[in-house]
Amino acid sequence: MGLAVAFWILAVIGILAALGVVLLRNVFRAALSLILCFIAIAGIYVTLHADFLAAVQILIYVGAISILIIIAIMLTREVQYGSPSNKLRIPAFIVSILFLGAVTFVMLNTRWQVSSLAPQEPTTSALAGKLFGAGGFILPVEIAALLLLAAIIGAIVLVREK
Amino acid sequence: MSIGLEHYLILSAVLFAIGLYGALAKRNAIIILMSIELMLNAVNITMVAFSRYIVPTLLTGQVFAIFIIVVAAAEATVGLAIIIAIYRNRETIDATEVNLMKW
Repeated sequence: MGLAVAFWILAVIGILAALGVVLLRNVFRAALSLILCFIAIAGIYVTLHADFLAAVQILIYVGAISILIIIAIMLTREVQYGSPSNKLRIPAFIVSILFLGAVTFVMLNTRWQVSSLAPQEPTTSALAGKLFGAGGFILPVEIAALLLLAAIIGAIVLVREK
Repeated sequence: MSIGLEHYLILSAVLFAIGLYGALAKRNAIIILMSIELMLNAVNITMVAFSRYIVPTLLTGQVFAIFIIVVAAAEATVGLAIIIAIYRNRETIDATEVNLMKW
């Protein structure tokens, strides 16, 4: 029961904040709204018994990516122009609604094989076993490290003064 | 009424549709990037929900979500660096005016 109440509150906050991202005129307020949406999604992870992912969501999205976005907004000085739409606004809206309708139809009409087992808690050590243990995801972890290194170097090269 | 898998799936579908609209309809490149982050988060919710309800003891969906977060962080870094580089060269980040490679 408490889980249901928490889910509904977080879902409403998350969807309203996501609407704020695309509807608010001020770019800076849209970024703050995005941060609120990230926090609500971290709460959604908690209701899904994914405690490690909730912490990762707070650390990486709320902590790092949002700061990056706000710094980019400040560096580009585009706040004065607001957040205008291009001339594809109506087709984009129609495409989004059609996508939402199709996906919702498919999701509601598929018979998911929901398991009745209790979820694993806490997940941190189990995830570490998955990521680093035998037969796990150790090769993707190494590739992810390489990807992050490439992204760091690429970002530095792109924004460096000539 | 209890919360099931469908609730999470529809929540993530709604968030994804909002992000899709923002990515298609906005002119500010930073807003487009924020919409893409929104879509990646919606996919993450789907991954974790499937992991929780279909295979509660395997955690594979959470591992996938971690990799999606890693790729999203790299994408945000490079994307914002590209936006700042474009702003430095062209004094605008309006996606409709950055049309040098448009035929």
